[in-house]
Amino acid sequence: MDFLTLKIWSPYLVGAGIGLLSWFTFLLSNKPIGCSTAFSRTSGMIEQVITGKSVAKNPYYQKFPAVVDWEWMFVLGIIAGSLVSAMLSGDFVLRLIPSLWMARFGIAFLPRFFTALIGGIVLGIGARWAGGCTSGHGISGTMQLAVSSWIAVILFFIAGVGTAQLIYYGLGG
Amino acid sequence: MLKKLHSQKKTQLFLGLVMGFFFGFLLQKGGVAKYDVIMGQLLLKDFTVIKIMLSAIVVGMVGIYLMKEMGMVELHPKPGSIGMTVVGGSIFGVGFALLGYCPGTISAAIGQGNLDALFGGLVGILIGSGIFAHLYPGLEKFLKIGWFGEITFPEYLKVNPWMVIIPLGILIIIFLYIVESMVL
Repeated sequence: MDFLTLKIWSPYLVGAGIGLLSWFTFLLSNKPIGCSTAFSRTSGMIEQVITGKSVAKNPYYQKFPAVVDWEWMFVLGIIAGSLVSAMLSGDFVLRLIPSLWMARFGIAFLPRFFTALIGGIVLGIGARWAGGCTSGHGISGTMQLAVSSWIAVILFFIAGVGTAQLIYYGLGG
Repeated sequence: MLKKLHSQKKTQLFLGLVMGFFFGFLLQKGGVAKYDVIMGQLLLKDFTVIKIMLSAIVVGMVGIYLMKEMGMVELHPKPGSIGMTVVGGSIFGVGFALLGYCPGTISAAIGQGNLDALFGGLVGILIGSGIFAHLYPGLEKFLKIGWFGEITFPEYLKVNPWMVIIPLGILIIIFLYIVESMVL
């Protein structure tokens, strides 16, 4: 079982594993792999706790009710699976700032924190706007040969590559 | 289809957790729970993300279409439109590069201990999703502009699915071979 303690596996093996996992999500649960709707449902649950009012009247939460479903449990499973994988290989480290960011922008936490916060807000809006994220569109939709998903994933990367170049090379050299 | 299994709610929640566990395990072992690897892809210096996605697509599409032909599964293509997919996809891409994680990989990043993902990105995605839920009633018309719905390429081209799967699979393998030979 040595391979379980390795820090990194071949990307092709990992990709094939995700493809294989998709067979089982379709077969056993009649679901494609997806993540972003779970975040939307959680957001609705939090809004209900904060405001003390049900979000059931909001047309969006009528489409995607603020409840725990298969995908919500799937996202919870991702956190657990990653934790176990990182623990087995000694890759679990509490880290405030990623090293690539640190090399370019320094060790201050707040700039990274606010960029991640704003990036998260934009990404959250975009995922719901497009109706899926890098897993729902990028992996599951593309393997079903969905037209919407191929367009979405191409735009994820065009806009992503453009913005990344601006952030890393465009801002003050 | 395993309709009886699909309708067992508690079993399904448990299956969701188990399958998510495998997904998270694979994402972490693939290195794509790391900001550096995802940004490396968007800076076009590290092609790990594309390698994983494309190999998942090849293996996934062959199996899913085979099982579909045997009546074991049904497809769930997402709907799309210009207003929805093109605009939403572009907004997502900007957020993707600012954050350096996506909804799946940020969950894996939290699992391996990345605190910028937990305190910054996760909070942001929850706020952004909430903002969209409130914008949605006003956006409904815009999202329908250029509507093309839940169509797949074989349906759109009116061809046998394998006429798309086989050439696409070959193209992906050639592309990956070129990426490997360029040591990316």
